[in-house]
Amino acid sequence: MTKAITVSGLHKSFGSTHALDGLDLEVETGEVHGFLGPNGAGKSTTIRVLLGLLRADAGGAQILGRDPWADAVEVHRRIAYVPGDVTLWRNLSGGEVIDLYGRLRQGGRAKRVRQGGGGRRAGGLDAQRRADLIERFELDPTKKGRTYSKGNRQKVALVAAFASDVDLLILDEPTSGLDPLMEEVFQRCVEEERDRGRTILLSSHILSEVEELCDRVSIIRKGRTVESGSLADLRHLTRTTVKAELAGPPNGLARLPGVHDLDVQGHRVHLQVDTDKLDAVLRQLSDSGVRSLTSTPPTLEELFLRHYQDEVDAR
Amino acid sequence: MTATTFAARSGGTRQLAGTGTLLRFALRRDRVLIPVWVAVNTLMVLSMPNSLKTLYGTAAERADLAHQMSTNASLRALVGPVFDTSLGALTAWRIGIYAGALAAVTSLLVVVRHTRDEEESGRQELVSSGMVGRRAPLTAGLLAATVANAALALLVTAGLSSYGTAGALSFALALFGVGMVFATMAAIVSQLTESARLARGLTAAVLGAAFVLRAAGDSATTDGSSAVTWLSPLGWLENTRSFADDRWWVLLLFVAAVAAQAAAAYTLAGRRDIGMSFLPTRPGPATGKLASAGALAWRLQRGSVVGWSIGFFLAGVIYGGLTDGAADLVGDNKQAREMFERLGGHAALTDAFLASMVGLMGLIAALYVVASTLRLNGEETSSRAEPLLAAAVGRLRWATGHLLIAFGGAALLMLLTGLGFAVGYGKQVGPILGACLIQVPAIWVIGGVAVLLYGLLPRAAMASWGVAGAVLLIGWIGPALNLPRTLLDISPFGHLPKMPGGDMSWPPVLILTALAAALVAAGLAGLRRRDMIS
Repeated sequence: MTKAITVSGLHKSFGSTHALDGLDLEVETGEVHGFLGPNGAGKSTTIRVLLGLLRADAGGAQILGRDPWADAVEVHRRIAYVPGDVTLWRNLSGGEVIDLYGRLRQGGRAKRVRQGGGGRRAGGLDAQRRADLIERFELDPTKKGRTYSKGNRQKVALVAAFASDVDLLILDEPTSGLDPLMEEVFQRCVEEERDRGRTILLSSHILSEVEELCDRVSIIRKGRTVESGSLADLRHLTRTTVKAELAGPPNGLARLPGVHDLDVQGHRVHLQVDTDKLDAVLRQLSDSGVRSLTSTPPTLEELFLRHYQDEVDAR
Repeated sequence: MTATTFAARSGGTRQLAGTGTLLRFALRRDRVLIPVWVAVNTLMVLSMPNSLKTLYGTAAERADLAHQMSTNASLRALVGPVFDTSLGALTAWRIGIYAGALAAVTSLLVVVRHTRDEEESGRQELVSSGMVGRRAPLTAGLLAATVANAALALLVTAGLSSYGTAGALSFALALFGVGMVFATMAAIVSQLTESARLARGLTAAVLGAAFVLRAAGDSATTDGSSAVTWLSPLGWLENTRSFADDRWWVLLLFVAAVAAQAAAAYTLAGRRDIGMSFLPTRPGPATGKLASAGALAWRLQRGSVVGWSIGFFLAGVIYGGLTDGAADLVGDNKQAREMFERLGGHAALTDAFLASMVGLMGLIAALYVVASTLRLNGEETSSRAEPLLAAAVGRLRWATGHLLIAFGGAALLMLLTGLGFAVGYGKQVGPILGACLIQVPAIWVIGGVAVLLYGLLPRAAMASWGVAGAVLLIGWIGPALNLPRTLLDISPFGHLPKMPGGDMSWPPVLILTALAAALVAAGLAGLRRRDMIS
């Protein structure tokens, strides 16, 4: 697979603050890539470098095979961006803004000849898709910018992005202010985009969202990437929670390598085990006769917390 | 009975809970704005007696001036009738309307800033969730304006009391009254619109109407007695006749108007929800036609371009209409004639008047070019530029859209000024139009400085206002103060040939044009290279 985004050893300072300190990021074409990190970790700075709004101090960055700074306009024809805090022009209606962005991306003066689709186009966007998205997000496109609530401003940018025919979507905490129902609509939209073969970089705090949608994630901290890979890979590095009710008292569990937080109450067992040592534990349990068993894979939250635990402790 | 009164009272107090805290907070936020506006206004008033003394030193000259005013309707429209020839009375006559208008502008800005602005931004919600009564924000805004106007009144009373204590007091109180009339007017308008910008614009339009009514009345009568003049708070100010016969009863009109408008504002405020207004925003179209960054820039700026254009055209018409009369008037006064000549004209007084008026419009157009250029800064710092630049819009293309409106608009304004003169004066159409257009390169240089600062030092972009303000001061009062030539030369306007009437000289015009182009190019080069601010 080719890479949609390649970032290596990226550095960016603002005065004495090192926002990015050798950050690496690779996003494959066609995947949904989760971009995780606490506030101030450098997610938005990375995205702003990728959009050519900031110039990196050192390190390399490529987006859709081009230089984000030098080829900004060419790159931008093929991407759609949704910021975490959308600001609109007070006297333009939401519909006007959606169509403006549609035309300013690539629709209005599309260089490529599109195959298929061929539906009527409004404002450089597919009219059918635009209308469909407005309905699904329950957005009133006739309201003026100043009268939209936070969540509705996000919807304006989301509709504009999802209705655009682009190769890469860069979403920077796009669902802030959306209610759970709209969050659900958003997730369906991301899945549809992935099914169409588009690449999505999703920066988010909402771990359940990332877990639900993302093929691979990168976790960053203090301007550096601390973990990157598929969720399956990452889970492999962490612990699975196992709860079991046994026919007889368990034995030998404590001696097995990779077992943590073992808690035995009569015939009931509760433990955590390093995921790559799960096999041995299961064998040991079945020796005692298993009546019921639940095994919970590690959540992203646990993964995340593990990386930030020392920071939390330090507070 | 007692219980009811108590309940009503405690209800009233509760509605004002937190007013003191909000007022202190408002004054803290306005710690620069209010002192600067008050200081400028005070200086403008207190410098007047001296400059009048220079221009009209003898009693005979002052009597002559009063006579001229009684016979010249167009000049009365500009400054109002003269009621007495004492220095104090002439000061109140010459500066009163303008000081009153400035106090009105200060008041309306302060009130809208602390009421509608706060609601529109959503900040008011957070504030009102604290121990803040329903009427507290409006009261705090009005009190902040009261503080500004009271400071002005005190300083003016103290500064002018040597020309007559009663006159100084009645004049200061009338200024205070005008300020408060427009403070309470702004309070009403802030209840009507959801947009602070619109509230400021509408209140300023009321002020403009007050000026026009007074001007119309004064051109019709020689003693300010026209009923039309009495419709205008600025007319009341003039009819207080400070330092002449001090008609104290006129001040009661201010009291009545302020009380009535404040009551109306509180009634309206009590009948609406926070953030809402009586004139709701109309919905816009569900689909849009904007197709480029340039079209967006025009959409964002067209309202202000139209507003400035109307203002410049009307100013041209009005000054054009005054030209003959003004030349007659200064023709009789040696010092005034010398001052006009210093202001930049030649001996021919009509040309001198025209040249100084055209120069004045050029200086004001410099404010437009800065305001329009700094839209770029506003779009960037509000994060509205970011998603635009993340679409297929290059920075240069984005900036060019706004700069075309800024620089082209400046040329348009001067063209309209010239056309206004053609309508109002009718003679010398070609030369006056030319005189207006040669101001354009100097205006562009000021715009170029704004582009340079924005492109290279975006965090210092607001300093462009300081540059424009300094040039305005140098051009406006520099010649009258006999400032040294080197200081006057800082301003690009100082290098322009004095037109009409002077000899046309192309080198300064071309050099200023080239300089403006270089400044814009350097600024845009900086913009291309730097990080965008979020």
